[in-house]
Amino acid sequence: MGVEGIGARVVRKEDKRFITGKGRYVDDIKLLGMTHAHFIRSPHAHAKVKKIDSSAALKMPGVVAVLTGQEIVDDKVGNLICGWAITSKDGSPMKMGAWPAMAPETVRFVGQAVAVVIADTKNLARDASEAVVVDYEELPAVADVHAAIKAGAQQLHPEAPGNQVYDWVIGDEGAADAAFAKAANVVKLDVTNNRLAPNAMEPRAAIADYDAAEEHFTLYTTSQNPHVARLVLSAFYNIAPEHKLRVIAPDVGGGFGSKIFIYPEEMVALWASKKVGRPVKWTGDRTEAFLTDAHGRDHVTHAEMAFDANNKITGLKVKTYANFGAYMSLFSSSVPTYLYATLLSGQYNIPAIHAEVIGVYTNTTPVDAYRGAGRPEASYLIERLMETAARQLKVDPAALRRQNFITEFPHQTPVIMAYDVGDFNASLDAAMKAIDYAGFAARKAKAKTEGKLRGIGLSCYIEACGIAPSKAVGSLGAGVGLWESAEVRVNPVGTIEILTGSHSHGQGHETTFCQLVAERLGIPISQVSIVHGDTDKVQFGMGTYGSRSAAVGLTAILKAMEKMESKAKKIAAHALEASEGDIVIENGEFKVAGTDKAIALPMVALAAYTAHNLPDGMEPGLKESAFYDPTNFTFPAGAYICELEVDAGTGKTTFVNFVAADDFGRLINPMIVEGQVHGGLAQGIGQALLEHAIYDTNGQPVTASFMDYSMPRADDLPSFNLSHTTTLCPGNPLGIKGCGEAGAIGASAAVINAITDAIGKNNLEMPATPDRVWRTIHAA
Amino acid sequence: MSTVKLTVNGKAVAVDVEDRTLLVQLLRENLNLTGTHVGCDTSQCGACVVHMDGKAVKSCTMLAGQADGANVTTIEGIAKGDELHPMQAAFRDNHGLQCGYCTPGMIMSAIDIVHRHGGELDEATVRQELEGNICRCTGYHNIVKAVLDAAGRMKVSQAAE
Repeated sequence: MGVEGIGARVVRKEDKRFITGKGRYVDDIKLLGMTHAHFIRSPHAHAKVKKIDSSAALKMPGVVAVLTGQEIVDDKVGNLICGWAITSKDGSPMKMGAWPAMAPETVRFVGQAVAVVIADTKNLARDASEAVVVDYEELPAVADVHAAIKAGAQQLHPEAPGNQVYDWVIGDEGAADAAFAKAANVVKLDVTNNRLAPNAMEPRAAIADYDAAEEHFTLYTTSQNPHVARLVLSAFYNIAPEHKLRVIAPDVGGGFGSKIFIYPEEMVALWASKKVGRPVKWTGDRTEAFLTDAHGRDHVTHAEMAFDANNKITGLKVKTYANFGAYMSLFSSSVPTYLYATLLSGQYNIPAIHAEVIGVYTNTTPVDAYRGAGRPEASYLIERLMETAARQLKVDPAALRRQNFITEFPHQTPVIMAYDVGDFNASLDAAMKAIDYAGFAARKAKAKTEGKLRGIGLSCYIEACGIAPSKAVGSLGAGVGLWESAEVRVNPVGTIEILTGSHSHGQGHETTFCQLVAERLGIPISQVSIVHGDTDKVQFGMGTYGSRSAAVGLTAILKAMEKMESKAKKIAAHALEASEGDIVIENGEFKVAGTDKAIALPMVALAAYTAHNLPDGMEPGLKESAFYDPTNFTFPAGAYICELEVDAGTGKTTFVNFVAADDFGRLINPMIVEGQVHGGLAQGIGQALLEHAIYDTNGQPVTASFMDYSMPRADDLPSFNLSHTTTLCPGNPLGIKGCGEAGAIGASAAVINAITDAIGKNNLEMPATPDRVWRTIHAA
Repeated sequence: MSTVKLTVNGKAVAVDVEDRTLLVQLLRENLNLTGTHVGCDTSQCGACVVHMDGKAVKSCTMLAGQADGANVTTIEGIAKGDELHPMQAAFRDNHGLQCGYCTPGMIMSAIDIVHRHGGELDEATVRQELEGNICRCTGYHNIVKAVLDAAGRMKVSQAAE
């Protein structure tokens, strides 16, 4: 490892612009003649749109246009799609209702747009929107899965009888039933996985610019995957062919999944910019983010786990109702199926698993992938079950886990996934040592003398990341391949540009990706730049989500680097009159091994571009590209332990210690990896203690601002105690597993297991607010 | 419309704005100082924090007219040329930022916190004082480290002056 190579704690190259106020986010961009859009959104959870009267608004100063849902349908802009086809257990395809970018006839959640005002300034657009009169006829609404599946419930979409999108199963039901029939003990648990609002700090925004002469659109947008946005906008929404549409995702202020999707606002901005002949800008406010950014989680689950007389798990049965909201968002269908139920084996040897997932429409904001996407729900369920089992079987929760850990790899679970490598005992050992697990009983006793209820909670998570082998996901219904592409351009002066299809919105790619180049060529990272987020610059890309950018995106860069290095070695060998096989790369030089003969990278690059003296038949230039398709998922895993105290008088929880021992395979930049874990833990703890996107029974959102939705603040969280154990991922040459989602996947079970341990009651739902904890303590 | 006269990052400016214009709008839209961000509509997130007459204020929660005659400093105005403010340097060195969106407000708040506490800070105080700034990326762990680090650096640089 060099000072800036793989494994070095290099401070981030991108930081200078962010700490000096020079970041360039979408809302920072101004175009000549730019107009501003303000959406008119439904105040009702379910209603018919009878009439839209925009005559008064059109007479107001600065108003350019008022455009409605009917017009966008008439102009044949496509309905929003769901990109992953799921088949129900009866063999029927999932049942979906149409989702137009603005509703022409029926609104199905509060915040759904029915029209848009385009005006010279944001204030004028907002003023005029108040003069647009929309006549609604209210309909009954269903706000949660219980209400939606009741006989006689209000129906959302005629295409989906019973408000049911699908009834999907995985695993062997007969084998699971047989295991339960023979079980010595059965552990049962009902859990709700609370709905969350992602709340990236930068609200979504879009600027669309139509060039009538070239019939060409440019879209600046807050996207985690600009190429996917272009593909979908072109192929499905009929905005423009791909070569007539440039999508730029500049600096993006956090995503956490919510900026994967292509939303109605981007579609409307593009369509409107052509209609009004001027650029159109839309910047969401925080309430719009709460109403329209895809939410996360929202599962209601009953699960049962069977044990033999030796406390070995013999079977698992799970039934989950997943709330999709009012429409099927882009990847929503895959989240409670292939990203959830395939992880139900956890870190454990479970011979028989059967899971049924019923996807349900409700009159709420659509639900899709949010940091972890399905895997937090699986991990939370399994780890609550393990803790419940330990209590019921009266065994130590760490010992029960160890007894059931998978210890031999590869391991084929009964639910598709084949774990390639891991050492679950090692991470549990590390976490238990870090928190002094052995000393807990004494600490608990001491806390009791001080009137505090102290608890400890474990969570041993596993996730499937680095998504994903294209062929595998294709066979499961995915509409896209999940490879990544990269290009390495060595300039004639020897500086290097890396073009990547991954997108950085906080992950530090501009630093970590340079570290790979520094490692291989021995040049400083200041001579390397990372280009991303622009479909006109980067050949293609699938973007950043599912902890895939290092495992898949960086591997694509490695493949392109290998091609480039191979050509450069040929040029160097020719110049040094040596054999290509004798050339080694060190400190920015191509050397003949064992001699002092060398040629520096800039001279090799210059030779490639002057082409005065290249090997016979070699093309000039030094630029290579690669597409990399992973061969398997990666399986980051780890052990989290939370120790806390509960005040029985108030129900308030106070952290004593939170330790995380993660196995992410090889780390490129441990400083950045730790930052990813910190952020993930905060979101997992936020789910456990604070966050809940709530609707009343009429489908009215109760939590649509930071005054109402409890975001984790600095004084809600502890400092974290992190460590790493390492088994290298065999599926990619760098041995990387991915680290972006682990914290959010593993943390919430550790917290709830600790609180329930402290208060001596097993049933406690998230978020475990002081009120809820107090009521649980004092319940009969 | 009114003319608001103020000093921003040491430069006197006079800007004609609608009376309802917020200070953050004047900074971002009229002066193109886009380092100051808007992350919410309810004065909760702190992405918009600037200094007015030496005190941290949420620029989304006051009218531009209220800053008439004031001395305003934004994130763009705290470095001395190429020399970063110690708080900026501490955020970089401690990996106290990821997506960068909350960062300008965090840094401006953090400088104010250090000033108000005279550099005598501990973790609990920093966490409590950061209550008005929300970050979704870092879990605050490294932000807290950065503020404590900067408090030390600012003490040293003050002593040097």
